[in-house]
Amino acid sequence: MNKTLSLLAWGAVAVLGALAVGVVAVHRGEPINALWLVMAATCCYALGYRFYSRFIATKILALDALRATPAERLENGRDFLVTNKWVVFGHHFAAIAGPGPLVGPVLAAQFGYLPGTLWILAGAVFAGCVQDFVILLFSVRRDGKSLTEMAREETGRIGGFVAYLAVIAILIILLALVALIVVNALKSSPWGTFTIAMTIPIALWMGVYLRRIRPGKVMEASVFGFILVIIAIWGGQWVSQTPTLASIFTLTASSLAVLIMVYGFAASALPVWLLLAPRDYLSTFVKLGTISLLAVGIVLLRPTLHMPALTRFIDGTGPVFAGKVFPFAFITIACGAVSGFHSLISSGTTPKLIARETETRMVGYGAMIAESAVALMAVIAACVLQPGVYFAMNSPAGLVGQAPEAAAATISGWGFPVTAPDMLALAHAVGEQKLFDRTGGAPAFAVGMANIFSRSLGGQAFMAIWYHFAIMFEALFILTVLDAGTRVARFMIQDALGHVYKPLGRTSWYPSILATSGLIVASWGYFLWQGVRDPLGGFNSLWPLFGIANQLLATVALCVATTIIIKMHRTKYALVTLAPLSWLVTVTFTASWHKIFDPSLRIGFLAQAKVLAAGPATGETARLIFNNRLDAAVTAALVLMVSLVVVESVRAWAAALRSGEGACMKESPFVMTRLAEGR
Amino acid sequence: MKRALETVLMRTRDAARILVTALREIFDEAAYARFLSRTRMSSSTQAYAAFRQEFEEAKTRRPKCC
Repeated sequence: MNKTLSLLAWGAVAVLGALAVGVVAVHRGEPINALWLVMAATCCYALGYRFYSRFIATKILALDALRATPAERLENGRDFLVTNKWVVFGHHFAAIAGPGPLVGPVLAAQFGYLPGTLWILAGAVFAGCVQDFVILLFSVRRDGKSLTEMAREETGRIGGFVAYLAVIAILIILLALVALIVVNALKSSPWGTFTIAMTIPIALWMGVYLRRIRPGKVMEASVFGFILVIIAIWGGQWVSQTPTLASIFTLTASSLAVLIMVYGFAASALPVWLLLAPRDYLSTFVKLGTISLLAVGIVLLRPTLHMPALTRFIDGTGPVFAGKVFPFAFITIACGAVSGFHSLISSGTTPKLIARETETRMVGYGAMIAESAVALMAVIAACVLQPGVYFAMNSPAGLVGQAPEAAAATISGWGFPVTAPDMLALAHAVGEQKLFDRTGGAPAFAVGMANIFSRSLGGQAFMAIWYHFAIMFEALFILTVLDAGTRVARFMIQDALGHVYKPLGRTSWYPSILATSGLIVASWGYFLWQGVRDPLGGFNSLWPLFGIANQLLATVALCVATTIIIKMHRTKYALVTLAPLSWLVTVTFTASWHKIFDPSLRIGFLAQAKVLAAGPATGETARLIFNNRLDAAVTAALVLMVSLVVVESVRAWAAALRSGEGACMKESPFVMTRLAEGR
Repeated sequence: MKRALETVLMRTRDAARILVTALREIFDEAAYARFLSRTRMSSSTQAYAAFRQEFEEAKTRRPKCC
């Protein structure tokens, strides 16, 4: 009876899912309700988790609840610790959910809601969740080893080396990009700049509170910090309306870029407890609360999507970034579908906390589903905007015109009507001076989020408060990634330099700290400056570069996973990782080819350099030519390195298949769990 | 009816407990409590400073995702 009921229930979920995906896919013309997307996603995630992840868990990985995990065998009360599965889930989700799933889908909304939605659903169920799940389990079976260590042991030395270089490259490009998002969200915005500036003394106060007043009471300090941030948001309105103060906090993109570089350097060089840790806690607190609130808001209010399913920009002429829907939609949305960066978390802290192998399914596959749901919320937040408003905000002035009237005319000419007075009214409603040329995705997401929130809480009168709350949420979130990322990159560089000259590897030696912090900040600062000065807004070149680097890291992770599956003698199931691997290789290599060699000026780095070289020679053009050639060289180097990993992996697969039973893995030996014996 | 209500209350209590535990873990309060118990120290400025120093070596080296 139970089996029949279960069959009927899952059959109903499948039918409902098919219906919802069908409606989302074929609906044209009239606006569609966001609930269709929510329903399609819920059914796809439920089916994927219930059937596909179970298939992987039983047929390929053969999860063994009796096998002791490193958390049990190597428990030390610090890194290795047997932890409740829901707690590990929360920890893992907090680590993988960064600003990527919020920004990427907003940018990809220029193609319409359909490509992003389908990629988020299919990418997560068949690629992202699979990658996170299998890498987590393989790390658990290898004493919690990192991706680079597993790559070195299972595919060869090149794999480990490339994974290391790819991580550094991704970190540098990622940090530049997230800094550029903050710059574009805060430029000419005294309210936003004041609120974010206030989070620094608030974090410093929290640091002192945690260290001196109430040691270790983090949740308490975070609640106080959150209340102070809310006061800062209210205060920002007053600042923006006070001419003297408003002029202090009205900054240009260049000034903000310099300030963010100074901040990144300080955060990397200062003691963690003073600024980095409190800001991280505050950011996590705001992140978990806001994402939950947004999910509830979308489900309860069921907003209508005004963006069409597909726009004319699938042909590659989009103003947000140039390039056709294939391959560019698939590298623009990384986190939320499949992100190589996740493999670092799945082989980092998380495997050292897992109590039983069987829990890797819920943590690895399940947390990625949650992240994918966040990405879908971002699609909805972007697509509830009128398309004209969306394009007015996300199109760089260099493309649509500096004057509001000219920009509105260009965008209306594309078939997305918008007027300069409408945009001004919207800007005033959200407490800004202008909303044209606010590229980067964050302001558009903030307007969408304010739109959803203000419909249930506070009405139009609260639109400005919600907008700045959303900007604060995104910027806080992003600055946490920026300061933590700069520090992590500093440690990685110090580890490497320690092999050359030992004192450089000492993380407490200040000359080394200052030199390596300076090196990392200068590296991402260079790309940030390039983005700030780019007449096309910077995202056109930097976001694809980041997407390519991130997806190439996923390629490395899936190469490692496929190698291990073949060595486990599960070759007949290798398609589970081989299919997403092939897709990612196709997508990233095609995107890289376009970004380097495409003859279109807005796509190909070399084409742009060539045209600039043919024009009048000025200092500005010389810099732009160098930047384009540098971007082309970075892309080519990443592709070359990953090609070596793919070739080495294929050789490892062939060797494993030839040696049959003799293929050996570097798995830790089986040890019976004490947790089961005690039961 | 009463039994069903008790079950609901029990489930809610369990869910709340797990939520608080997860939050304590995410915000490192549980890690600090474990540190205090392992080192047999009581909570103080010095103990928290020692915890942060140990913690920095391990957790702050981990990348956060994009």
